[in-house]
Amino acid sequence: MSADTLVTLSLAVLLLPLAGFVLMMFFGKKLPRQGDWLETGIITIALGIALYVLFQKMTTFAGEVGSLRFTWIDFHEVPGIGPLKIVLGFTIDNLAAIMMAVVMIISTLVHYFSIGYMHDDVRYSRYFGYLGIFTFSMLVIVLADNLFLLYVGWELVGLSSYLLIGHWYEKKSASNAAMKAFITNRVGDLGFFIGMAIMFTTFHTFGLTEIFAGLQSGQMPLGSESWLTVAGVLIFCGAIGKSAQFPLHVWLPDAMEGPTPVSALIHAATMVAAGVYLVARVFPLLTADALMVIAYIGLTTAFISATIAIAQNDIKKVLAYSTISQLGYMVMGLGVGAYTYGFMHLVTHAMFKAGLFLGSGSVIHAMHGAMHHQHDHHTDPQDIRNMGGLRTKMPVTFWAFVIYTLAISGVPLTSGFMSKDGILAGTMAFAGFTGHTLIPIVGFFVAGLTAFYMFRLVILTFLGAHADEKRFAHVHESPKVMIIPLMILAVLSVFVFYSWNPLDASHGWISQALPRPATVVPEHLAATEAAEFAEGVHHAHMPAMLLSLTVAGLGIALAFATYYWKKISADRIATSLAPVHRFLVDKWRFDELYGTVVVGGTLALTRALNWVDSKIIDGAVNGAGWATRGTSFISSRFDALVIDGIVNLSAYLSGFGGLVLRKFQTGKVQTYVLFTVASVLVLYFVFRMV
Amino acid sequence: MEFTLLGIGILTWITFLPVVGMVAVLLLPKNSKDAIRWTSLGVTILQVVLAVVIYSRFDRSLAGINSVAGMQFVEQGTWIDIPSVAWFGRVHIEYFLGIDGLSVVMVLLTALVSFIATISSWKIDRSEKGYFALLLLLNTGMMGVFVSLDFFLFYVFWEVMLLPMYFLIGVWGGPRREYAAIKFFLYTLFGSVLMLLAMIALYFSTNVYIDGAGVIHSIAEGTKSGLAGLEKIHTFNLLAMMDPGNMVPGSLLAGWETSWRYIAYVGLFIGFAIKVPLFPFHTWLPDAHVEAPTPISVILAGVLLKMGTYGMLRISFPVFPDAMLHFSWELALLGVISMVYGALVAMAQTDFKKLIAYSSISHMGVVILGMASMNTQGMTGAVLQMFNHGTITAMLFLIVGVIYDRAHTRGVNEFGGLMNKMPRYSAVMVIAFFAALGLPGLSGFISEAFSLLGAFQTFRTLTIIAAVTIVLTAGYMLWVLQRVFLGTLPEKWAGLTDMDGRETFMLVTLAVIVIFLGIYPAPVLDLMNASMNSLAGIMQHAGTTGMMGMQ
Repeated sequence: MSADTLVTLSLAVLLLPLAGFVLMMFFGKKLPRQGDWLETGIITIALGIALYVLFQKMTTFAGEVGSLRFTWIDFHEVPGIGPLKIVLGFTIDNLAAIMMAVVMIISTLVHYFSIGYMHDDVRYSRYFGYLGIFTFSMLVIVLADNLFLLYVGWELVGLSSYLLIGHWYEKKSASNAAMKAFITNRVGDLGFFIGMAIMFTTFHTFGLTEIFAGLQSGQMPLGSESWLTVAGVLIFCGAIGKSAQFPLHVWLPDAMEGPTPVSALIHAATMVAAGVYLVARVFPLLTADALMVIAYIGLTTAFISATIAIAQNDIKKVLAYSTISQLGYMVMGLGVGAYTYGFMHLVTHAMFKAGLFLGSGSVIHAMHGAMHHQHDHHTDPQDIRNMGGLRTKMPVTFWAFVIYTLAISGVPLTSGFMSKDGILAGTMAFAGFTGHTLIPIVGFFVAGLTAFYMFRLVILTFLGAHADEKRFAHVHESPKVMIIPLMILAVLSVFVFYSWNPLDASHGWISQALPRPATVVPEHLAATEAAEFAEGVHHAHMPAMLLSLTVAGLGIALAFATYYWKKISADRIATSLAPVHRFLVDKWRFDELYGTVVVGGTLALTRALNWVDSKIIDGAVNGAGWATRGTSFISSRFDALVIDGIVNLSAYLSGFGGLVLRKFQTGKVQTYVLFTVASVLVLYFVFRMV
Repeated sequence: MEFTLLGIGILTWITFLPVVGMVAVLLLPKNSKDAIRWTSLGVTILQVVLAVVIYSRFDRSLAGINSVAGMQFVEQGTWIDIPSVAWFGRVHIEYFLGIDGLSVVMVLLTALVSFIATISSWKIDRSEKGYFALLLLLNTGMMGVFVSLDFFLFYVFWEVMLLPMYFLIGVWGGPRREYAAIKFFLYTLFGSVLMLLAMIALYFSTNVYIDGAGVIHSIAEGTKSGLAGLEKIHTFNLLAMMDPGNMVPGSLLAGWETSWRYIAYVGLFIGFAIKVPLFPFHTWLPDAHVEAPTPISVILAGVLLKMGTYGMLRISFPVFPDAMLHFSWELALLGVISMVYGALVAMAQTDFKKLIAYSSISHMGVVILGMASMNTQGMTGAVLQMFNHGTITAMLFLIVGVIYDRAHTRGVNEFGGLMNKMPRYSAVMVIAFFAALGLPGLSGFISEAFSLLGAFQTFRTLTIIAAVTIVLTAGYMLWVLQRVFLGTLPEKWAGLTDMDGRETFMLVTLAVIVIFLGIYPAPVLDLMNASMNSLAGIMQHAGTTGMMGMQ
């Protein structure tokens, strides 16, 4: 067995879900239980292989990279370039192996959870099929060793996201959300594509290894250093779309229209983290300037969405904004150079955020069931103001939810504490090297906000008294197939899986497996060198930890003081700061802005151009037609005999009888035939004279 | 490479089989409708078989473009030879057929689309005899354009295609069929006249030697091998026109980068641009599509539009490389305007068919931008896009046809919820729509991506503007999808039925091709690769050496 065998095994992991998709689409409905066992079974097998690959990669093949490449298109000897082949391939390095395992763990758990959550859905088998195509597309991104396949997977997860957000497409809001997600993502993809085009134009390859090698040898994209930064930022645009970063974050909250397990899998744990994965993949080619842009985009995203999350009352919306905020955190982490912790946060976040969404799914399922029992179709089962007190009725969901919340708030002994702490230490080190102190300041502030709004959610949902006593009697804990995944994810939110030392992850296996890769950009463009940066992080570690503990503690205390002990009145604050509150409830009014300016502007432009097209451009054509008709009328008076003769002759020869004759006698064709003959004559005389 | 059947070359077979079919159809009694249909279908099936033979016997290593030796399945002989026509001198017109990597793709597309369109014509219920006879004649015209290597022959086929199209729209079309048909006819004819002028100018500017057997030789070849004593004649032979050595010294189009060459190029260009159609010559297309019956829309979008871009690559590029280089930015600009403008206007449409028609304008703009890049990647993308647009747009028009046949309306706002009512239909629709918006894994993506990647190498800013259509196309396609297929079904469409076997067969056939080429485009790319490299080489050579290199 060699590292390349691992790639072969990974390809099996990649193709199994695709096979699942095809089988479900064609036969799903005809199978017993609509084939849920088939798709889930396939995914479980794939998970087994993925975990085996990860284990082998981390133990036996730690330092090796397996790859499998094939010539997809051969352009042969291209003028101006020489031999040109489009070589694509898959690779399994530490990054890919870990990411693949994460995707498969979440995907498998979501499959099982869905058996319970979606059990009476109208399109049950199709839903499982879509989960299959999503898993396949996501793995294309994970395993790709080149920009082209990355882009392919990028768009394909966009498709599966579209299909799953729009799963309940009878609802206008669902189909709108699906469309919004796809189109907004395409805006980011546009940048990604142009970034890819810059690289391809320069290096005539999509392979990342070759591009890195080319850069290292001093060849600059389009021959200039600034294009290198531009290319890096453009590729990052793909991440802005997919990972819902400011200013393209608006699609993710709407994506909550999809079934909740889908939100857990796609819109929390894996697909939206693909942007972070992309940045990690291309990390070596990012210049200091590009990384600065990335850090500030991440920072802005983390801040804006955390403030919005405070004011939301829909359980999934709160989690959606929290996801955006955490993604901003990861992006910021990578931007400041905390590569290892930025990616580690992706892994830990995948576990606890998938858990939070599945937990909210369990709650919504219970609320929905209770309301259904009461024939109540008006109350919103997702509004946390209608909840409360669920702790006693749903103990497993509650305790799991608490563990996830502790993790996202960065409380010690959880996984989230370690990764978040690493990012914050990174921002402090970064501020030390570059003087950008705003980054750690906002970073810690957001950490406090996160602890606050997450505990607000837990308190309003699970503690206190339930909003409606009668309904409360009908609330039940979810079935085993749903709560077992919750328990597994809760376990995976504990520190021990990522590092033996709960306070310092720097010696944990993930940190060891994923050191920050060496840069390939010229020295004067590169960010602070990795070893030097690690030294800075090391010094920042202790103050960062203390500070983050403080802000998390403050946030949690504030949440309890406000929503549990009610020492502080949230309503009073909301009233006294009404404009601010309104602004946050309205999500900073991004939707209104884009709706008016971008969508409205485009639609107005389309209408204007449609008018121009039919009135002016086509008007000119018709005008020419009228003018010709006039001329034709006059000329026909003069030449009726001659033209008729020609027309009759040609009509006779062509053998199409009356139809032809009729058209030719009344139409304007004659002019042109005449014109043709005349031109030949004129041309002849021209030639005679030349 | 030669392949004959009963002593007749395969290209003649594939081109004139439909004429044989037409004669058969005309001889059949008017009422034997099924016999008429099956005869037509039989002819197109035979054409597909011949296309498969061509595909399998095609030598992928030969380039063609401007060398006779690189052309395959060549049939060359004297067609018209009149010793002296008054002041024209000796008129010698060849029957010269042959294909290279550029034309073989179009031949395959034409055979495929004609086959599908014939099946789609099954439901035509008005003067079937005339309809199928015209459809077959149209088929010959299209095929002939793609296999001709003599400009005169090319022109004849170009015009032969025009007439049946005119009647097919004008007689079997919708309410405003006569307006649309006349507009199509006159617009194209206007372009044809300009093409004719350019052709005649080229004729008088090109000289070749002709030997006793009626075989022509280039001036260089003739001088070298001591044929100099032979008679010099003018010729319509396209390959001869591509050799600057054959230009009559002092003639109108002799020289390099002269204004007459630019004028001739522009004239020829307008002739082709109308066919594409390129902004601002595009307004005939939406009218023609809206009025044309479904199968004719399929042929119009699937094959006819490609004749314009094919003509540019076949004739304008190698015959006028200097003018082409001179105007390449303008050409790319028109391509980009077509892309963006077409997409924006498509978004404003509420008639399903008109919307698809405008999307065609946008997608054909991709072809123009790709070819204007004049490098292998871009031109390969462009030619592949011609093929892919042929299959994808054929699907889209068939999809419109399916719903129009049932509901007798095409207003996108009148539908909704068809996804639940017509699941099979919706499945192929999803494939076609996502192929049209360039989703990876489906064929449209690869051709668009390579057109843009190639174009980016030559025109950075224009390509970045063009890339905005990636977003716009997703916008209008998904919006239509939402309005027609998602949501809830209006009460009045409760009686709609899903596709029948015939409709399913057509759409699934095309969908399989779209998916297959989306994953593995090599079977088509390998056909054209040598030719695209050769063409890119010609353009680069012209660009670097200029007039000096041409002498």
